[in-house]
Amino acid sequence: MAAPNRGRRPAGAQGKPVRTLVMILIAMVALTGGMFVSGHTTPRLGIDLAGGTTITLKAEAEPGKESAVNETNMNTAVGIIERRVNGLGVSEAEVQTQGRENIIVNIPKGTDSEQARKQVGTTAQLYFRPVLTAAAGGVTPQQPAPTPSASSSASSKDKATDGKKDPASPAASVAPSATAQGRAVTEGLKAPATTSPSPTASGKAADPSQPPAPATTPGQTPETSGLDKEFAALNCMDEKSRANAGKDAKPENPMVACGSNDGGKTWEKYLLGPAELDGKDVDDAKGQMDQQRGIWIVTMDFTKGGAKKFQKITTKLSAQQSPQNQFAIVLDGEVVSAPQVNTVLSASAEISGSFKQQEAQDLGNILSYGALPLSFEEQSVTTVSAALGGEQLKAGLIAGAIGLALVIIYLVAYYRGLSAIAILSLFVSAGLTYSLMALLGPAIGFALNLPAVCGAIVAIGITADSFIVYFERVRDEIREGRTLRPAVERAWPRARRTILVSDFVSFLAAAVLFVVTVGKVQGFAFTLGLTTLLDVVVVFFFTKPLMTLMAQTKFFGGGHPWSGLDPKRLGAKPPLRRSRRTSAPTEPKEA
Amino acid sequence: MSRLGSIGVRLYRGEIGYDFVAKRKFWYAVSILITITAIVGLAVRGLNMGIEFKGGAVFSTPAKSNASVSVAQESAQESSGHHAIVQELGNGSLRIQVSELDTAQATKVQKQLSTDLNIPVDKIDAELVGPSWGEQIANKAWTGLGVFMILVVIYLAIAFEWRMAIAALIALIHDLTITVGVYALVGFEVTPGTVIGLLTILGYSLYDTVVVFDGLKEGAVGVTKQSRNTYSEIANRSLNGTLVRSINTTIVALLPVAGLLFIGGGFLGAGMLNDISLSLFVGLAAGAYSSIFIATPLVADLKEREPQMKALRKRVLAKRAAALSKGESVDEDDDPSHGDDPQTPHNHDGPLDAAPVVAGGPSSPSSPVVGQRGRGRGRSSGRRR
Repeated sequence: MAAPNRGRRPAGAQGKPVRTLVMILIAMVALTGGMFVSGHTTPRLGIDLAGGTTITLKAEAEPGKESAVNETNMNTAVGIIERRVNGLGVSEAEVQTQGRENIIVNIPKGTDSEQARKQVGTTAQLYFRPVLTAAAGGVTPQQPAPTPSASSSASSKDKATDGKKDPASPAASVAPSATAQGRAVTEGLKAPATTSPSPTASGKAADPSQPPAPATTPGQTPETSGLDKEFAALNCMDEKSRANAGKDAKPENPMVACGSNDGGKTWEKYLLGPAELDGKDVDDAKGQMDQQRGIWIVTMDFTKGGAKKFQKITTKLSAQQSPQNQFAIVLDGEVVSAPQVNTVLSASAEISGSFKQQEAQDLGNILSYGALPLSFEEQSVTTVSAALGGEQLKAGLIAGAIGLALVIIYLVAYYRGLSAIAILSLFVSAGLTYSLMALLGPAIGFALNLPAVCGAIVAIGITADSFIVYFERVRDEIREGRTLRPAVERAWPRARRTILVSDFVSFLAAAVLFVVTVGKVQGFAFTLGLTTLLDVVVVFFFTKPLMTLMAQTKFFGGGHPWSGLDPKRLGAKPPLRRSRRTSAPTEPKEA
Repeated sequence: MSRLGSIGVRLYRGEIGYDFVAKRKFWYAVSILITITAIVGLAVRGLNMGIEFKGGAVFSTPAKSNASVSVAQESAQESSGHHAIVQELGNGSLRIQVSELDTAQATKVQKQLSTDLNIPVDKIDAELVGPSWGEQIANKAWTGLGVFMILVVIYLAIAFEWRMAIAALIALIHDLTITVGVYALVGFEVTPGTVIGLLTILGYSLYDTVVVFDGLKEGAVGVTKQSRNTYSEIANRSLNGTLVRSINTTIVALLPVAGLLFIGGGFLGAGMLNDISLSLFVGLAAGAYSSIFIATPLVADLKEREPQMKALRKRVLAKRAAALSKGESVDEDDDPSHGDDPQTPHNHDGPLDAAPVVAGGPSSPSSPVVGQRGRGRGRSSGRRR
């Protein structure tokens, strides 16, 4: 064993107690200040404490497609579910993956949990529908005057107009110009291995006054004419009406829908015929680089039945004029892509347009997995009213306060004056934990839930244990007959090692728990890990320097009977000859 | 308090002490008995799995809702077709548990309860759990357990040595078995909270063990360079020397958990707080016991198999025999008997001669511990020149 004063020393933990203490106090003030500056003075509460609904979903891969449960698909699913839930008008909902196969949906209080569950639990629907009419996303005036104008920006939020009311003012009446049409029209759908890129961009304004050419079975005109009004009134610029646009459309009926080709910056609206194919007809699809042309495309392969249907529909569509030669891919009532059909296709097709890599891959994903790339099973649904949540929080806090009080009482009883150092350290630890939790809310989305409160309470014990290990070491040294100052310094390196090893084990447990678990357990593990780390910080940078300072006081250094370091009480041996080599701490600047 | 303090001192000096190592067979037997009981309990009674593991629902009505238990029970059973357990909590709210439902059926029950009890649906808290949820938690827990054990054994083998790692692992498994056994025997409900508690014990049970092993490692520095004490005796003294520390860390760890269990749980009747703290409480107590009575003796057992320790034992015994024949007082404070020796251990709690003998208590790191101090020879702390 190396002599302690030759051991590795953390900077500042020895020798400069005052500076170290000042440093940690500055850190505390900074954290607290950060709390107030950012306006997050309380930790974000989880659903079980604040009230709300938590839904846990587990991904179920279809037999033979086990590899489908992967990160990409999970993220796609999260995106889809998020869109649905937030379509309810809940903006606060959180959807996140947890672990490899779970998605957790947190819906804060004040939402209809029943409706939310319906949204979340069902698998998304993917249909292929012929486009009857397309127009820019705003409200179309009843008197059609298709004048090309500048495209309205999506940020200009129009007043929501339902399909029932007549639009008050033709505010954003935009007849689509070729540019405003975006990619919907410039996408071409054709058989693969044709090299001539021939998507023709034609942005002819849809004329709502003319009944659209019946692209499908006759006999649906009355229905579509009913939809015409709806189509004209539909305002795709508005989030709410957008979400409701294609909500309850049955596949066998025509529908109106919105779609965006630039990730939601501008929107188009479509009047669509009945569904001709659905997601199940697609066997496989992926976004890939077309080496010859150097652009991103999406390739689709259809199943046997799908190929037949697809051939039939493309035969019909390829003979039409734009926009009736377009083919809308509708996901959950929203048009994700509307490529034109240029030739008759059957078993496979490729969609080309001005895709970015991400877009092509997303579309490929959506197509190949029939929308939600996976089916999900509802694992658990927890609904907590705010009242119960508040009660649980209160109970947890009371239990924590009592636990803390018990620990303090025990420490005072056993360690007398020394306990002051332990108690101060505990409070520093608590302060740091609290401010970090408050700041981690906005930073990484940490939410304090009941198990996390439990973790924090349990951590009181772990933190106090470190002090005990150190104090006992110091007392052992005093029993050896040392005076306090050398005892404090000599005890430190060995206490330090014990603390580090045991805290590392605790941290390892927390880290493993955090990685392998989901939901509630994760909150607990996170808190435990955080407090373990803070324990090390506090012991090194607060308790130890404080101890060094205290050792210089008369009360402790002189071994006052109430100091908890009374050599007589500790049964110390008669003092040793003072040697020159004791590693007494350097005197602090101020006396 | 001062009495306790003085006990601490005397423990530290080795004036008093309990021979944990020599009596290890007894404690092994106790542990094996408890473990067998636990396993039998598991096999016979099984675990009372909460609804999270069977699928089902827990509904709670708001406080002071004045809903009648019988109405709630009838309503829940009729709408679900399953048995319902209804408890009235301290704050006047009801807790209604129905097992083996899927989440869709559970909604129906919730609506029915709302009608029958005259409480708006959104005021009834519901926890609906599908049947595979608990399985998933359990699977993940097992995974975590496996990963953790492997990592911790590797870590301890590096930080200490492989023998200690093995002993710590055995102690850990022992703690978990006992905790699970207690759950089986008492019939506590196993919930995800319980699983969390169990997994936390992992870290904590080892915390205790590590504190003890640390003292042990220190005490055994230079053990082969002397011929006064066998490894087991030194291990035992280290253990006694750090006993106060172990007891204190355990008490301090248990206090907040007890607060959670008896007070936090008392406020809410039942729930996550209780579940976590109950398994923690049992596990921590088992962990404290095993770190002292099981882990250290195991290390001693394993160490005594090393050739150099065997040689040391021979030397020590030879020396003692020589001393005896010369009629000198014997330099020992503990019974030298060991498992390998066919001697029956004497049952005395510490030395009868008052010569304080300290071997391997925590002492200054600059001087390896050399057998015994206090006879004017080689006081480890006094030898610094």
